[in-house]
Amino acid sequence: MQNASGPVLYYTDEVIDHFSQPRNVGELPREDTDGYACIGDPGCGDEMKLWIGVRDGIIGKIAFKSYGCPGAIATSSMLTELAKGKAIEEAAAISDDDVINALGGIPENKKHCSLLGVQALQAALADYRARSAR
Amino acid sequence: MSSRRVYMDYNATTPLHPSVQEAMVRDLEIFANASSMHEDGRKARGRVEEARKAVAELIGCGDNPEQIVFTSGGSESNNTVFATMFHLGRKGPRRGIITSAIEHPCVLNAAKWLESEGFPVTFLKVDEYGKLDMSQLKASLGPDTLLVSIMAANNEIGTIQDMAEIGALAKASGAYFHSDATQAVGKIPVCADDWKADYLTMSCHKLYGPKGVGALYLRKGAPLEPLIRGGHQEHGHRAGTYNNIGILGFGQAARLAKEELPEYARRVFALRNKLRDGLVAAIPKVRVNGHPVNVLPNTLNLSFPGAEGEAILLYLDLAGIEVSTGSACASGSLEPSHVLLATGVGPELAHGSIRFSLGRATSEEDVDYIIEQLPPIIKRLRAMSTVEA
Repeated sequence: MQNASGPVLYYTDEVIDHFSQPRNVGELPREDTDGYACIGDPGCGDEMKLWIGVRDGIIGKIAFKSYGCPGAIATSSMLTELAKGKAIEEAAAISDDDVINALGGIPENKKHCSLLGVQALQAALADYRARSAR
Repeated sequence: MSSRRVYMDYNATTPLHPSVQEAMVRDLEIFANASSMHEDGRKARGRVEEARKAVAELIGCGDNPEQIVFTSGGSESNNTVFATMFHLGRKGPRRGIITSAIEHPCVLNAAKWLESEGFPVTFLKVDEYGKLDMSQLKASLGPDTLLVSIMAANNEIGTIQDMAEIGALAKASGAYFHSDATQAVGKIPVCADDWKADYLTMSCHKLYGPKGVGALYLRKGAPLEPLIRGGHQEHGHRAGTYNNIGILGFGQAARLAKEELPEYARRVFALRNKLRDGLVAAIPKVRVNGHPVNVLPNTLNLSFPGAEGEAILLYLDLAGIEVSTGSACASGSLEPSHVLLATGVGPELAHGSIRFSLGRATSEEDVDYIIEQLPPIIKRLRAMSTVEA
């Protein structure tokens, strides 16, 4: 309700699409989960949980849950779309800019939201590696 | 995007009342400078003075319309008061500023400016309903207190303060008393004298008048340092050529606000309560923010645990419903609503807050439409949320 520092709701059609119809929402069952991460803080306004299932070095299954703003939901959704079906090395290379570009851009003051998705994927991949090393 | 639009953001601004618009268009031809001495100038000035009287009557000082100073809006009125305190405090013995933690950013930032200039500033706490901590007010008042500035009604949660009591305490201490009544005027009865106000801020666009015009009530004898220096307009309190059309729009808006207030308040409060009851019944775990009784008749602030405010706002927007939120994401900062945080609800409930502010044109159908549209939105957001509702 305070003044925004810039346009807040000037989202692209792609962002609105991923916000309205988020892809891969939900949780993976324990037996399908090879990597998991929880990133963010609800007190700061957004939190994301990410589950990945890996077969033959490829992310075959992916699911997320998000408490957050439209930017956080849309970037999380797009991230799962980008990561799905990719080899884990390729998925690990996905950057914030990849997510932002795939969405046709997001408002400047929303860019921290996109960090959440990429961070969650990095953390889920680290969890996967740790589990594999056991 | 829905073709149906339901505007529920009247605390942000209001559309022109048709009768205000009509009056403004009719008088557009009166272009003369209201300070000019010729006939057209006098005619324009006449309109300005009629408007001044109407605005004065709205806050119970119709006998002394010269106590109204026209400004560009609420922010200018508030800033003029704080700038005046800066000058007084530099020269005089009193320097203490007392305000509340839930003021509009305009007052908060003006108070912080004085603080940065070395003035001792107290931001009073509020309780869980947004009511001022009166014992803290009493304890903070002293021989050093220069100004007490308390908003009459809060823009986000609608809580109304006990203005007469606060004003009496402030005046008894010898301080000046200012109230930002921007959200109160036109929604509840406002009387500057009853509140013992030295200064009272008003904005026109919150009461179905045009933007870019406001007023500052100035009790006779209260000092005022102009923010804008120049000509002799407004008794030297505020220079600049009269904004004829804006001011006469304000006059007409004030007349209507006074005339329509009892009926408006009764009707809008019933709709607001219907919306509250409908949403509380349809959605589990809703928190109603603000005071249960001492609340603006048009303002309903709710928190939906497990769902984030801007996401709710945008889903509502896609359904044609226009509201505002206290979430950080909508503020451009990382902090959610300072008002809700001050009431102690915690950041998660502040992030998940939605303000519905109803107005003259709000209908039963609008309320029914929201009660139908919002529950599935909250259900959906909670289903994808990481946070337990």
